Amino acid sequence: MDKIIYLDNAATTQVSEAVLNEMLPFFRQTYSNPSAIYGFAEKSRKAIDKARTQAAELIGAKSEDIYFTGGGSESDNWALKATVEAYSAKGKHIITSKIEHHAILHTCSYLEKQGCEITYLDVDENGKISLDELKNAIRPDTILITIMTANNEIGTIEPIAEIGRIAHENGILFHTDAVQAYGHIPINVDEMHIDMLSASGHKLNGPKGVGILYIRKGVKIRSFIHGGSQERNRRAGTSNVPAIVGFGKAAQIAGETMAERIKQEREIRDHLIERVLSEIPYTRLNGHPTDRLPNNANFCFQFIEGESLLILLDQLGVCASSGSACTSGSLDPSHVLLAIGLPHEIAHGSLRLTLSEETTLAEIDFVVDELKKIIKRLRNMSPLYEDFTKNQERG
Amino acid sequence: MYSEKVMDHFTNPRNVGEIENASGIGTVGNAKCGDIMRIYLDIDEQGIIKDVKFKTFGCGAAVATSSMATELVKGKTVQEALTVTNKAVMEALDGLPPVKVHCSLLAEEAIHAALWDYAEKHHIVIEGLEKPVNDIAEVVKNEEY
Repeated sequence: MDKIIYLDNAATTQVSEAVLNEMLPFFRQTYSNPSAIYGFAEKSRKAIDKARTQAAELIGAKSEDIYFTGGGSESDNWALKATVEAYSAKGKHIITSKIEHHAILHTCSYLEKQGCEITYLDVDENGKISLDELKNAIRPDTILITIMTANNEIGTIEPIAEIGRIAHENGILFHTDAVQAYGHIPINVDEMHIDMLSASGHKLNGPKGVGILYIRKGVKIRSFIHGGSQERNRRAGTSNVPAIVGFGKAAQIAGETMAERIKQEREIRDHLIERVLSEIPYTRLNGHPTDRLPNNANFCFQFIEGESLLILLDQLGVCASSGSACTSGSLDPSHVLLAIGLPHEIAHGSLRLTLSEETTLAEIDFVVDELKKIIKRLRNMSPLYEDFTKNQERG
Repeated sequence: MYSEKVMDHFTNPRNVGEIENASGIGTVGNAKCGDIMRIYLDIDEQGIIKDVKFKTFGCGAAVATSSMATELVKGKTVQEALTVTNKAVMEALDGLPPVKVHCSLLAEEAIHAALWDYAEKHHIVIEGLEKPVNDIAEVVKNEEY
């Protein structure tokens, strides 16, 4: 295999050259601990300040409200656990959705064991929550609403601004896991009434192991990692300067290129969806037809299983992902696909392709051409397809 | 994560297909869990498995274990086929990742189900063969969008 066609950009992205170049001096030249007193530390300190401003500008936030963390999962854990701790006098009820990332869902089940009550909102067939259901779920002891900005599997974008407005009308904090959305679609924390927002560097051509939690001034959550006085006493640990610098640069570039990137990715992605749906029978698109991340396509191919599909694609150098049980490590397929109402046997045959700005039309055409052959081959091997065609012959 | 043998049997599966007027057909597994295997046996009057075909809906390991199981029972007598256990299938494939061991159990079950079907159709008793529990014919739905 000479070349890979990487269509798993929702899993992680390649660090861009510009980001890497920005990071490199902070490994060997400017390696100072920004907390130190000498002049050598000042350079690191300034670099972090700059990155903080870059990270903030992308979402219309104040730079002092950005806290660097070890990644998206840490940010989610911090937001939820610290909110529960800080607002326990008001109550212990949290509202979330059934399609959140496991960093939210597993934190919620942990909090349930600690005595919290969690309402998991349903989603419709496109993966959207209902605002009426959200309003009905609100109780006097509700302290937090946490709904993702966009779903990592099916790409559906949630009505964040409306959710934020409802939260604030009811005096409830609003956190959003924007790991998939930050840098990919426009977000404004003021216009969308967001109190806390999680994002991760490696989803936008930045490095792994660095994220942010945006915490609006006035939200009284405390430290989650205890120790030194980094991040204004709220997140201890020697600042990961190269990674933070990389995050900032990635955020800056993402902001500058967003409009053009959205247009380009959407065009190629729509071509992909159109070809797959029109050329491969018994196929459905998962996620909202229009309100979806510009680089996301997610399909279910009836009568086949996702892992087989991934292995055959891999043999052609195509990197993709699936929500089948075999890829999730359990017997159940993806909780997101089940939440949008798909039966298990259909959910097992899912394929997620997530593009980058470097994905070309030629690559997509190659993948669709090969996909047609692979699916035909797997269906010819499938007893489900055999039964289906025999039943059809019988009429 | 898979051995070379598993990859070989997944990429070039042996004995894929159907047998018309098969002596015995067994379908096991569950679409809900993501694995279904169907085995077709052609057994002659001496009780020798002349031909065997399979169809499988499932992961790489499910396809590979089906393929290997069909290879192992081909040419054997009905009685000998019972010795093709999941362990034998796994060993022949140079092992499976722990989370995929159930696939080899399914392959053994599928062979047993086909033998059971053969025994019922021919009103014979195969010593040591128990009624397979995993028949899922009723679960198989043909929903269309």
